[in-house]
Amino acid sequence: MAYSEKVIDHFNNPRNVGTLDKASDQVGTGLVGAPECGDVMRLQIEVDNDGKIADAKFKTFGCGSAIASSSLATEWLKGKSVDDALAIDNMEIVEELALPPVKIHCSVLAEDAIKAAINDYRVKQGLEPIEQEKSIVH
Amino acid sequence: MKLPIYLDNNATTKVDPRVFETMTPFFLETFGNAASRNHSFGWSAEEAVDYAREQIAKLIGANEKEIIFTSGATESNNLALKGVFEMYARKGNHIITAATEHKAVLDACAHLEKQGAEVTYLPVQGNGMIDLEVLKSSIKDNTILVSIMYGNNELGVLQQIQEIGAMCKENGVLFHSDATQAVGKIPVDVIKDNIDLMSFTAHKMYGPKGVGALYVRRKNPRVKVTAQLDGGGHERGMRSGTLNVPGIVGFGRACEIAIAEMDKDAAHTSRLRDKLETELLKLEESYLNGNKDSRLPHTTNISFKHVEGEGLMIGIKDIAVSSGSACTSASLEPSYVLKSLGLDDELAHSSLRFGLSRFSTEEEVDFTIKTVTEAVNKLRDMSPLWEMFKEGIDLKTIEWTDH
Ligand SMILES: Cc1ncc(COP(=O)(O)O)c(C=O)c1O
Repeated sequence: MAYSEKVIDHFNNPRNVGTLDKASDQVGTGLVGAPECGDVMRLQIEVDNDGKIADAKFKTFGCGSAIASSSLATEWLKGKSVDDALAIDNMEIVEELALPPVKIHCSVLAEDAIKAAINDYRVKQGLEPIEQEKSIVH
Repeated sequence: MKLPIYLDNNATTKVDPRVFETMTPFFLETFGNAASRNHSFGWSAEEAVDYAREQIAKLIGANEKEIIFTSGATESNNLALKGVFEMYARKGNHIITAATEHKAVLDACAHLEKQGAEVTYLPVQGNGMIDLEVLKSSIKDNTILVSIMYGNNELGVLQQIQEIGAMCKENGVLFHSDATQAVGKIPVDVIKDNIDLMSFTAHKMYGPKGVGALYVRRKNPRVKVTAQLDGGGHERGMRSGTLNVPGIVGFGRACEIAIAEMDKDAAHTSRLRDKLETELLKLEESYLNGNKDSRLPHTTNISFKHVEGEGLMIGIKDIAVSSGSACTSASLEPSYVLKSLGLDDELAHSSLRFGLSRFSTEEEVDFTIKTVTEAVNKLRDMSPLWEMFKEGIDLKTIEWTDH
């Protein structure tokens, strides 16, 4: 199966690979997936005092689509408010990257990672975590 | 050097130009049906098929009457298993095979289980080898067939075929071997190896796709299989269908070349394979899969821990290889062969298989070493698992979210 040009571009030039300070109260970390499933994503956001995502970083173990989905997610997260970030839907990632059906789970994982990072940040700020619906797409 | 580089020769090989040249007249000039008994077109085709049959038989130490042409090893495996099961139904219904067999064998066995067969799937050891003691103790009064592959398509691991053949003979059980990966690459002799039925195919040994053979022993013992296709009764009634004459001629030529050049090919591929393997195993946390001391000369399978195989393949897009990862399959299950070695799923997802050929060059191997090394390092810099490993975090202690 051939990858789309956008996936290849993110794979070759991943945006925002790296690590933020996990211990900081301004940083939320989401770690989703499992090694035995062949993909693990770690997505981190750094939120400034106005509630805007000032920085986002990722590291991903996975196929090209998984790497591209998380790279794209960090691109989209930067500059967004936390609330707007929560609204990112996996299907937008699918569309942007032209992922085939067998790779939809990569986008789901990216959405899960965004939500997990936001929740980690919220808990650090003394807020309630957002209820997450269990993703049904595998 | 031309890109991309082909290092997936366990999947299929390029047709040797000499084979191709031998085949061409059989499309445009000698195009007769080998079963046409009453004109020269048919006779010429039959003659060519007979000659090919001899070349093929010679490569495996068989008699030409023992070669049944098929469409490939998938069909040969199906014919062997289903054909023996039906033919020897009165003798018993128990078949022994192994967990690392090709799907064509495993799925044929699953099919037979629905028809009342009892199938034992032998486990393999960590190095991919079958434990002969376990095999021995699995043979029962109602066992009719043992089907164990010669060389494994993912790992290259060679089973102890001679010992298994002898054990089967001693116990009066038929022995089938899927020798698809081995024939033409290493010496295979059905007499020495005590093989009763053997599947192989042209396209893994520089011949064309869509033509294969089943060796069916005629003496000590005389073996028969029930035909699986109804029709004109070709191939001594065991496989109906007009013969693929150009394919068979090419198959024959490929065998002839293999007889002449096997030693040279094996020396060439194993030297390059060893170089590739040695260099790639210098990468931290990289592991060889399968028994290093008993395997095909042209194959190696390596896991690069904390890097996902399919992602790695994009990183080395100028090199054609295979991965044990199966990120595309609905089940997300990695290779069952690697898992049956006891590899954990992550390592199975992290594997690449390299298969060299007589056409592989040193330059290609050097390029591959460099490209794979760079891609592994780049992906590890991107891998959260690698970061955790480097921080000394035991990944087993983390509670992963399954998805
Ligand atoms: C071990 C083994 N058996 C059987 C087959 C099937 O061969 P064919 O493609 O000729 O049907 C293959 C090749 O994919 C193989 O590697």
